[in-house]
Amino acid sequence: MTAQAIYVLWLRDMKWFLRAKSRVISSIATPFLWFAIIGVGLNSMFQPEARYLEFMAPGIVGMTLLFSSTMSGISVIWDKQFGFMKEILVAPVSRIHIMIGKVLGGMTTAMLQGALLLLAIGLFQVIGLVDIRTPGVVQLLQIVVFMVLISVSFVSIGLALASVIKDPVAFPVVINFLIMPIFFLSGALYPIGTGALPSWLSSLARVNPLAYGIDGLRWAIYPERAQFSLWLDFGVMLAFSSVMIILGGYLFRKISA
Amino acid sequence: MPAIVTKGLTKKFGDLVAVDHIDLEIEEGELFGLLGPNGAGKTTFIHMLSTILPSTEGTANVAGSDIRESADSVRASIGIVFQDPSLDNRLTGRENLDFHGRMYGLTKEQRDERISKVLELVGLKDRADSLVETYSSGMKRRLEMARGLMHRPEILFLDEPTLGLDAQTRRSIWEYIRMLNDVENVTIILTTHYIEEADYLCDRVAIIDYGKIIALGKPEALKDELKGDIVSLKVGEPEKYLEVLKGNELVEDGKIVDGLLHLRVDNGEEAIPKLIEVVRGRGDQVYAASLRRPTLEDVFIHYTGRAIREEAPENIAHLRARFWGRR
Repeated sequence: MTAQAIYVLWLRDMKWFLRAKSRVISSIATPFLWFAIIGVGLNSMFQPEARYLEFMAPGIVGMTLLFSSTMSGISVIWDKQFGFMKEILVAPVSRIHIMIGKVLGGMTTAMLQGALLLLAIGLFQVIGLVDIRTPGVVQLLQIVVFMVLISVSFVSIGLALASVIKDPVAFPVVINFLIMPIFFLSGALYPIGTGALPSWLSSLARVNPLAYGIDGLRWAIYPERAQFSLWLDFGVMLAFSSVMIILGGYLFRKISA
Repeated sequence: MPAIVTKGLTKKFGDLVAVDHIDLEIEEGELFGLLGPNGAGKTTFIHMLSTILPSTEGTANVAGSDIRESADSVRASIGIVFQDPSLDNRLTGRENLDFHGRMYGLTKEQRDERISKVLELVGLKDRADSLVETYSSGMKRRLEMARGLMHRPEILFLDEPTLGLDAQTRRSIWEYIRMLNDVENVTIILTTHYIEEADYLCDRVAIIDYGKIIALGKPEALKDELKGDIVSLKVGEPEKYLEVLKGNELVEDGKIVDGLLHLRVDNGEEAIPKLIEVVRGRGDQVYAASLRRPTLEDVFIHYTGRAIREEAPENIAHLRARFWGRR
């Protein structure tokens, strides 16, 4: 019965995802434009050896996951707004299972969008704009693991915020305020582990969990420029996602319609 | 065994006592109505019974389970249709029902069987695969009632089932409610502030005001307690003539409601000309007179001195804000 409830909450997110084509397109359009315009533009400024687009590729996947995961909390806000949350909460299903269903739904949605970005990068590869390593089975597995860890962490954060915010207008504002610094300090756009960076900036980036998530992705597609050890990346993200699930679950428990 | 038993059930929001020590027994299979003005505590009462809101004091047993000790088994044996819409507009009718069925742990066969049954009952079979956002408000209400019945609850709560619907749709919803009560053999508890709704639909009615039950019984019996007819007179100085006419031997009771004199008399047809004579005898005019049999509204007026509809809107807003402020 519990598995069935978790499944149907997930299924509903999938139906929303497949039916909201414009939302899907707009949510991957932003990272794609970053990659295709800012990335290509900056690439032309650097020496060819810098291979900026290759460096940026895992960062842009991380960006997609970050944006899409935290934003998935908005579905909870809409459910409160349109009353559907009452239907969910009055069912004989515990809050924690509702939360799990929502996390899985948000995670799958975010990962599908991340996969679309990977496909776009693959397209760049095909037409010769980038030259990343073609991932083998191990690398693919690695990509999936880090995508899961990143999305689970940030979906949990989105759900935690959605549990305490009820204003559909305030939610994206709060989210933007939160994810912009996380994105800029994540090592997605420039290396954070080199001595060239001012120490205050480098220190801030080193306490940003997403930096480790993106570094983990970088190990899979452009390992030459990875900054930390792969196991450190994995350990930090595993710990971070666990803490965020617990925090999200704690706040979601108190949600009311 | 009764479907619902409450003892001293109470809900306080800070200083405000929304539900004030209600003792009530509702029988299995009954179509029971809670009638009262907005803000009387009806919704709060059924939200406690459906375990959405914790009670402050008292106990309640719903479908054989205590609302505090076994909230989950209460939830599994009740269905509820909320006052405000609670459908997913971006899913089809069938998908909304399927979602509900799975949340309540129905198997594939059970879901298929129930979905086609409840869609049939509320006459939505041919629109089942359209998105709910294309439904009319009456269809949405019917879908919500169907959904409430998906998991074969013993008790179905309907919170203001016809609020905001036009007269014709309201009539048709009434017929559906009756039929569901019959066909599905489900105990129905509805809240309403529409007099005719309670009168027409309910086997028994509890009239509720300021969180207390002030009258309880079959609609006919409640009305019969107020013997005779109600004569309403429009006069220049209602306060003065209330005093004067209360002294008249024909008048059993009198009140001023919305600036009109409401007089309870034995035989209205004969009383009207005599009462008019009294007013004219004092050199004043009766500008309008009407006569009717007592309604549940008069029962409410009899106990509270107010009409159900005269509740000030800002009070409602205040109460609702308080209630939904928990969101």
